[in-house]
Amino acid sequence: MSVEVRVPTILRTHTGGQKLVSGEGDTLAKLFDSLDAQHAGLKGRIVTDEGTLHRFVNVYINDEDVRFIGGLDAALADGDQVTILPAVAGGM
Amino acid sequence: MARFTDITATLGDTPLVGLPRLSPSPDIRLWVKLEGANPTGSVKDRVAAKMIEAAEDDGLLKPGATILEPTSGNTGIAVAMLARRKGYKLIAVMPENTSLERRQLLTAFGAEIVFSPAAGGSNAAVAKARLMAAERPDLVMLNQYANPANAAAHYEGTGPELLRDLPEITHFVAGLGTTATLMGVGRYLRERAPGVQVVAAEPRYGELVYGLRNLDEGFVPELYDEKVLDRRLSVGTEDALRRTREILSEEGLFVGLSTGAVLHAGLALAREAAKAGSTADIAMLVADGGWKYLSTGAYSDGLDDAANALDGQVWA
Repeated sequence: MSVEVRVPTILRTHTGGQKLVSGEGDTLAKLFDSLDAQHAGLKGRIVTDEGTLHRFVNVYINDEDVRFIGGLDAALADGDQVTILPAVAGGM
Repeated sequence: MARFTDITATLGDTPLVGLPRLSPSPDIRLWVKLEGANPTGSVKDRVAAKMIEAAEDDGLLKPGATILEPTSGNTGIAVAMLARRKGYKLIAVMPENTSLERRQLLTAFGAEIVFSPAAGGSNAAVAKARLMAAERPDLVMLNQYANPANAAAHYEGTGPELLRDLPEITHFVAGLGTTATLMGVGRYLRERAPGVQVVAAEPRYGELVYGLRNLDEGFVPELYDEKVLDRRLSVGTEDALRRTREILSEEGLFVGLSTGAVLHAGLALAREAAKAGSTADIAMLVADGGWKYLSTGAYSDGLDDAANALDGQVWA
């Protein structure tokens, strides 16, 4: 099972500049563990020591904000797309 | 009665319009609340009026005062119009990657514009405004991201109007910027329309807009409380653009790009309701008309060209 992950510019220092990486796991937590094995330090930028998402990081599974679908326990299926973005001020 | 003492009295009571051609079935109905009908053409007229009124009541705004506000356009334009009528000055801090029309309108209404760098989008505008406010205590920052009057404008105005016109509402969808529309309308509906789904459509911009130097520069509006929302959907530039054109060609509604994002989310909810065999009345908030975005090519260029042109812009 493979899940494609879009990495924002600010975190690409951990992926050797790659914008798209892929990982494994049937939950978001497992996916981040699998990503961290290949891209050291990436998980630490997204997940806190307490095991929650960092305040200024938003993660989406197929465009759905994961904070509303189980957070790190959110389920993943083969072919899902995960997008990581910094939380920034919206337009107004 | 359609007679008013002056332009500011035309605020609110905006039309709720059905979208029969885009609705998937007679049981699943889409509706839009047209906030472009407000005095300066956007939902932000509600917010500007309420924030200025609150600042006057609190004694923060005195005659001749200068207001400072970070804005990508609509709030600035709405504040500028009221400021001119009331004898205040406005300094709008705006990302340089915003549409030409927004700058022209701000200037026309007498505002001074200070540009913030394109990289970082509105984040950079907020940061710059905070610096300026710290240096110049005489400036009055309304701070729409944190000002409770912003959400109150929707709790007291937009929300009650919506429920009055659509008591059968099952879903409310709006764009996520300061988050105040969703917070204010969302709280109002939760108290009075049990079971209603409150859904955010969050614009996903090009990479430039997320160009922070480090994650600690990130920003979550003080007004935001995720407990008010049921879902938050991210909508990319191309989907927003495609939907903006679809509502124009199918329903004859000329709307701004944030509405494209809202419609994309609303149509996803409609499809889910159809699949589940349920009925739905999905209300979507149209923040503004399309006028301020004409120069971007959003309505006239090829879809790919328009999407490329908007890629680094704060388009909603």
